[in-house]
Amino acid sequence: MAGNIARLLLLTVSALTFVPVDAADDEFAESLAALNTRSFDDKAAVAEAIAASAHPRSMLVLEALLEGDLYRERRGEERIVLAEAIDGGYRVSEAATGEALGETGRRGVRKITVNNQLRRHLRGLIAGMRLDDPDPVERVAAAEAIAEADDASLGELLRAHRGVEQDASVVAAIDAALVVFDLDAESAETRLAAIGAASEMLDPRVRRKLTALAENKSEPADIRSAATNALTDIEQRAARFETIETIFFGISLGSILVLAAIGLSITFGVMGVINMAHGELIMLGAYTTYVVQTAMVALWGDMGLETSLFVAIPAAFLVAGLVGVAIERGVIRYLYGRPLETLLATFGVSLILQQAVRSIFSPLNRAVATPDWMSGSWQVAQGLSITYNRLYTLIFAGLVFAALLAVLTRTRLGLEVRATMQNRPMAQAMGIRTARVDALTFGLGAGIAGVAGVALSQLTNVGPNLGQGYIVDSFMVVVFGGVGNLWGTLVAGLSLGVANKFLEPVTGAVVAKIVVLVFIILFIQKRPKGLFPQRGRAAEA
Amino acid sequence: MRRLFESDPGGKVLLAVLAALTVLVPLANLAVPDDSPLHLSTYAVTLIGKYLCFAMLAMALDLIWGYCGILSLGHGAFFALGGYAMGMYLMRQIGDRGVYGHPELPDFMVFLNWQELPWYWLGFDQFWFAMLMVMAVPGLLAFVFGWLAFRSRVSGVYLSIMTQALTYALMLAFFRNEMGFGGNNGLTDFKDILGMNLQSDGVRAGLFVASAAALAGTYLLCRFIVGSKLGRVATAVRDSQDRVRFIGYRVERFQVWMFVVSAVLAGIAGALYVPQVGIINPSEFHPLSSIELVVWVALGGRGTLYGAALGAVVVNYAKTVLTGAMPEVWLFALGALFVAVTLALPAGLVGLVKRFASTRGESGIRDGRLQGSPLRVARRLLGK
Amino acid sequence: MPDTPQRGSSVATPELRRSQFLERERVWDFLIERPSRAELVDTDHGYILYVEELTVSFDGFKALDNLTLYIETGELRCIIGPNGAGKTTMMDVITGKTRPDYGSVFYGQRLDLTRLPEAEIATLGIGRKFQKPTVFENHTPQANLELAMAANKRVWPTLLRRLSGEQQDRIEEVLGVVGLGSHAVRGADTLAGALSHGEKQWLEIGMLLMQNPLVLLVDEPVAGMTRQESELTGELLVSLAGEHSVVVVEHDMDFVRSIARQVTVLHEGRVLAEGSFDAVQDDARVREVYLGTEGS
Repeated sequence: MAGNIARLLLLTVSALTFVPVDAADDEFAESLAALNTRSFDDKAAVAEAIAASAHPRSMLVLEALLEGDLYRERRGEERIVLAEAIDGGYRVSEAATGEALGETGRRGVRKITVNNQLRRHLRGLIAGMRLDDPDPVERVAAAEAIAEADDASLGELLRAHRGVEQDASVVAAIDAALVVFDLDAESAETRLAAIGAASEMLDPRVRRKLTALAENKSEPADIRSAATNALTDIEQRAARFETIETIFFGISLGSILVLAAIGLSITFGVMGVINMAHGELIMLGAYTTYVVQTAMVALWGDMGLETSLFVAIPAAFLVAGLVGVAIERGVIRYLYGRPLETLLATFGVSLILQQAVRSIFSPLNRAVATPDWMSGSWQVAQGLSITYNRLYTLIFAGLVFAALLAVLTRTRLGLEVRATMQNRPMAQAMGIRTARVDALTFGLGAGIAGVAGVALSQLTNVGPNLGQGYIVDSFMVVVFGGVGNLWGTLVAGLSLGVANKFLEPVTGAVVAKIVVLVFIILFIQKRPKGLFPQRGRAAEA
Repeated sequence: MRRLFESDPGGKVLLAVLAALTVLVPLANLAVPDDSPLHLSTYAVTLIGKYLCFAMLAMALDLIWGYCGILSLGHGAFFALGGYAMGMYLMRQIGDRGVYGHPELPDFMVFLNWQELPWYWLGFDQFWFAMLMVMAVPGLLAFVFGWLAFRSRVSGVYLSIMTQALTYALMLAFFRNEMGFGGNNGLTDFKDILGMNLQSDGVRAGLFVASAAALAGTYLLCRFIVGSKLGRVATAVRDSQDRVRFIGYRVERFQVWMFVVSAVLAGIAGALYVPQVGIINPSEFHPLSSIELVVWVALGGRGTLYGAALGAVVVNYAKTVLTGAMPEVWLFALGALFVAVTLALPAGLVGLVKRFASTRGESGIRDGRLQGSPLRVARRLLGK
Repeated sequence: MPDTPQRGSSVATPELRRSQFLERERVWDFLIERPSRAELVDTDHGYILYVEELTVSFDGFKALDNLTLYIETGELRCIIGPNGAGKTTMMDVITGKTRPDYGSVFYGQRLDLTRLPEAEIATLGIGRKFQKPTVFENHTPQANLELAMAANKRVWPTLLRRLSGEQQDRIEEVLGVVGLGSHAVRGADTLAGALSHGEKQWLEIGMLLMQNPLVLLVDEPVAGMTRQESELTGELLVSLAGEHSVVVVEHDMDFVRSIARQVTVLHEGRVLAEGSFDAVQDDARVREVYLGTEGS
């Protein structure tokens, strides 16, 4: 039995190492030899044959031809070779087999020339072959390249492939390419139908063709007007998508602001404490992510990378939360009722945390990898795609917000927190241990900052200055929304994010930021207590 | 004048020190030969001059924080604006000696392909105009901001955060090349002031004397203000804004007035600072600089004026020494200083000295307030 | 309840007309003579405060509910009522601290206080003593009085003007009246923060006197005072009435009985009863509010 298996193995190995010069290879070499012609039309025909041969080296050869790396020997067998320029000559290898043929002088080989028309044809052919690539992204690129080559002869290829294609994005790309061809079709009817289909598409090549049609004086009037209408449709659609995209970017930015600000809102609202170290707590969260990820990748490789964020979230919450409790117990509790002093003391803490991270991890930025499931983007419609990392961050911010809201409204701790927020002496009198509530609230706010750090590690660089960039913004969100009001923070964060993104294309990013800051400064003059002020007699005092 | 110094030993010391510096420092620099151990290098003169400018800035902040309860986290902005106004004058003084040799445009404008001076650069070739702007620009900004903020009764931490946002916004703006203030690099490579070489020892000494005089003047002015009835109104506003309103004072006007005076003083400090260090760039607007300034005042002793000057000199000297010797320790030290001062030294170094000097400090209650660290106060209250 | 007094139908004096004209044409502040307080506050009809239909609500809770109340010139009025009756809120509205949702407060016949800022109301001659004594704790009693003193309270005069001998004397006099004069136990450099609760009460009354107001709003003046001090306060308030109009909010019924001529009872933000102390005391509704009826 064992002997049998050994024999079988041996057989398999020998089968793999033995390379038969079978008929297909001969045929391939022959057709290559046919490239040795002056006529570009003939070369085109040969190229088509090569593409049709489905030989493993056909793609390589065609690409070499396109790039001008394909040569013919001047002497001897006049074999077609791949040549790579080296000092004083070329290093050549057999095109059909890849067998190395050594070096030759400058005049040893002669380039197989191509012209522009042939180049375009080649590009189409190569793209046609790439349509069989297993990666859908490659296939989309191939369909786009075919459309770009504008070679109607490849239309059939596309149509055939469309029948078997499963991936929606590839189908869309193929459709766009087909429309590009149909817009040039002989029959006015086909052109008209293509215009109808084109009005749904945002592909730039389709738009270029449509513009050409609309401006072509020799086209029939109905086609020209149809093309013009289709163009208007497309432009409106594009503008709509752009708006949607801007809103999404705005909400995405806003969700980050909310994440960063919401912990601050709690500590500010409940304790009247200005925590200038909040940004550094976010930074700690981001560094926790980095440490967790590095450890998990070291232990479990890719698997560790993919799952590291789920470990990092609770870890960051704990790390930042504990640091927060330490800050509260060590510094802030001595300073209640003196908000300006807490501001200064926590600022000191923030400097220490920053320098500590700088000393431990170096002042350089650390790279936190993005797991596969968070990279890439979601194609909502043609011309409208949303990156997964932003989408997940948005969802994550929503979950954190909901969780916090639930804690504050549904739990005993939340009740005590709200009671302390509204009337501290009364809460004390009712037997609430406000000191404990303070420590827990501060820990909660800090923990959420840490969780925000996890999200930020996926969007920006992780460095010692990470937190600084968010502290002014976070305060603006809290102040704008109204202190101690979670919904206010949510609305303020989202609206500031969206406003920022709408301003950016008009004014540039920096001016947009300045405009928003100035707006808030002016807004606070009008409504000193923010969008959603706390009302009641207590607030009047 | 005499009334100003009744029971003000700290002020007397400050003015005496300044007078001594004004005489001795230029003497030790200019008259004492280089090889003498008593010789003071021009570098040292400039360094001390820089400290004096910071001391003036700290005093300006103390005027509003210590006496009016307005904690500005953006006072660096007024300092920087004064500095930029001075910088613009110094840039115009370069004339056609820039790298590109343009008769009028500063190098960075030539580099950006600008054809002519922007309108807001006009007039800065005149010294008097630049000096006017040194005071007017910070003053006007403070007036507009203060008027908006105080009228709607933004106060306390809200105000602090707003001032921080203000300086942050200005920093972003000044980083832009399009603003016409040299963007990232700011204004530098100055050559002359009032036609005299800025690098010469004589001019350096002159700037030093001007800084010392300005600091002394600032102190006298602030003393006069806080010693007047207006000073008492301001302190009352600090302690109980509403009550002041109910006895008939328009609180917001007093706040704006104090804020503007303080901003103008900060602007002058900035204008004296720039020719001595030879550069002004947007990093002066950084919120970090402004908040660092707060700790100078807190360390020295809030609400004493001379304490603010003391704090500025002590912290900056420590910074010079530490950033030179152990740069990574500096931020730890500064951070710890913030925490320590707020927890253990609410009255600052001056308060510490006073506590040692007076036996009345024993009771722990002075000036109607609990003094000392929270821990000690708590222990005292609990009788342990 | 008294008849609703008439307001605004008086014939304006030439001075008034001039000041009205100047108000309208106002261009440069310093060009016009500022009309004196007496010109602005027109009390021809014998009433100095017209509180009408005041409504203030906090988050749906009506602190004042259609409150109407008139104070005669020179009257001493006591306002009593259980907690939450709206006494302090009423004072807040009169002094401009709280803006009403509805209603008006006329000071004399022409000045609507609900439109003026607090400081303006104070300089027009409405002084207030708070429930919790609020003096400037980091100032000496003397400085407290100096700050409160009726004077030009704009910024520059405050910076530049010094105390005149006359003003100095006035301060000394009031210090004597409130028992904090030079003969007092504590030195002149004692800060107000170090004073006892009762002393602070007196100091605040002193500040009120320095303001020389037409109307004194006094919120719980005798809380924390000894019986003797209460009596003194009572005497002081009674002596002030006549020249000034005095409105006192107080819980201490003995104190109210000792000084009261006219008493108003507030309940749930509106006037429950008004009249002499005895009449009010006998009122069934008042008894119900204060004592609760049997079985309810």
